[in-house]
Amino acid sequence: MPDLRELYQEVILDHNKRPRNFRKLEGANRMAEGYNPLCGDHVTVYLHLEGDVIKDISFQGSGCAIAKASASIMTSHLKGMSKGTALLFFEKFHQMVTGNCHTDPDPLEMEDLDVFSGVSKYPVRVKCASLAWHALRAALVEGEKTVSTE
Amino acid sequence: MTTATKASMPARVREREALADPGVFSATGAAPPPGLRTVPDPPFEVRKIRDDFPILQQRVHDKPLVYFDNAATTQKPQVVIDTLWRYYTADNANIHRGVHLLSQRATQDYEDSRVKVQRFINAALAREVIFVRGATEGINLVAQTYGRKHVQAGDEIILSAMEHHSNIVPWQMLCEEKGARLRVVPINDDGDILLEEYEKLLGPRTKLVSVVHVSNALGTVNPIRQIIEMAHRQNVPVLVDGAQAVPHFRVDVRDLDCDFYVFSGHKVYGPTGIGIVYGKADLLEAMPPYQGGGDMISSVTFEKTTYNTLPYKFEAGTPHIAGAIGLGAAIDYLNGVGLDRIGAHERELLTYATNAISGIPGLRIIGTAKEKAGVLSFVLDDIHPHDIGQVLDDQGIAIRAGHHCAMPVMKRLGVPATARVSLALYNTKQEIDALVGAIQKIREVFQ
Repeated sequence: MPDLRELYQEVILDHNKRPRNFRKLEGANRMAEGYNPLCGDHVTVYLHLEGDVIKDISFQGSGCAIAKASASIMTSHLKGMSKGTALLFFEKFHQMVTGNCHTDPDPLEMEDLDVFSGVSKYPVRVKCASLAWHALRAALVEGEKTVSTE
Repeated sequence: MTTATKASMPARVREREALADPGVFSATGAAPPPGLRTVPDPPFEVRKIRDDFPILQQRVHDKPLVYFDNAATTQKPQVVIDTLWRYYTADNANIHRGVHLLSQRATQDYEDSRVKVQRFINAALAREVIFVRGATEGINLVAQTYGRKHVQAGDEIILSAMEHHSNIVPWQMLCEEKGARLRVVPINDDGDILLEEYEKLLGPRTKLVSVVHVSNALGTVNPIRQIIEMAHRQNVPVLVDGAQAVPHFRVDVRDLDCDFYVFSGHKVYGPTGIGIVYGKADLLEAMPPYQGGGDMISSVTFEKTTYNTLPYKFEAGTPHIAGAIGLGAAIDYLNGVGLDRIGAHERELLTYATNAISGIPGLRIIGTAKEKAGVLSFVLDDIHPHDIGQVLDDQGIAIRAGHHCAMPVMKRLGVPATARVSLALYNTKQEIDALVGAIQKIREVFQ
């Protein structure tokens, strides 16, 4: 039986209560929205890409503790990283929350992202945890919406 | 099973009785007719009722299951489960076409169920009862037949602000096709419909009013008789979405004088995949068929098809025979317990629950209409309902968290989602107490 404390770890509860980078990003040149029609959660991820580097990243939206903390921790984690590394983290994070972790040694250290490992025992919450990440990926890869810098 | 059937088919009774588990309470077979059955004596004995529902006997997350998601779907009494089992074990055959005995039995039970539904909602005629997959399909049926025939460009269809998506989208699709438009009757902050605004919307362009009897998100019981009267004064027919009404109180379609009434079997202790459209015979007669296929025809040539009479005109293809028969068993069960007693028990529970959770700091009830049934929606501080639902689940308590397929009403009341407790005849005050304790725990986790 999974323990609820594995899901709602202290770090997650803290980020839920005091989300980091929770604002509209002035000077963003990429953004994408994530929406979960099942529960009505939505998130907008803002990026300021300089060349290949995420100079700044922020988010806004509303959602459950898992969705909000995930967006908060994601933005803290990825600031200053290259687009390529961020996408690797997307893959790794997705594998972790869906419980499909590869056993191969992996050069990427999950560090603070690891607090979401408990999500894999709650399949319904995978979408909550990965909502912001999907928006990030859309902003990075598909460039779904380019924000006007005016 | 009717007395007539029993008399004419003694072998079958023997067969069925041999198949049935003798220890199991059953509303078919030897049970007396509805209303005469031996029922729990007043006061309502909820413990005995709970014994009829095997699923409630389990523990989840090592806690006794508290099932408060009844507006999503209700649990099934043993008698419904037995009826399905017996149908597939002894009677399974296609209906309306076989000369063989099994087909006759299946047909008889299927049509008996139609009569049970007819009596349940007090329709004038059995042929006014059409079996569909559920309330959603029922609304789609009316939209695609009555709607497509009568709604033209510039016409209007009136809904309320508290509709489930199933009573919005089919009309939107129709409006898009026809160039018609939806008008929405507003509600106040309590979740009561504003009848004076409704009056203003009714006009020569109004072709239909389609409105929910009991709101699945708020629990509001709409003044449906008045809504119908006001529409009828302008010769506008009314469809009532009764999915959340029929489990909680007696519905009399003739007394309401509604033109169409839909509900789902699985929300009234029956199987999923079966539901009902009631329509006044003259309206149904004049409507084109819904789907084409077998059973809905009288004769077919490549030049022309003559449609079958009611209700078969609207029941193309092999229907959910077992589901219909299971729904009949659920109705027998409800009649046995007594809908008035069920309603009284649930009203008492709702009042008890409302009082109990109102005292919790930071908790706000969403939906405080003058008259409510079965539903208690709430928000708690700034804790997201999804998280509330997760912690409650950990305590063995099943609720629904989200927008309840009623996004417009959530938006109207300024909440993205709510936690919803919805009640059934088998819920108890002890379960409400467990809920209150668990909500305290939520506040501890997220403080």
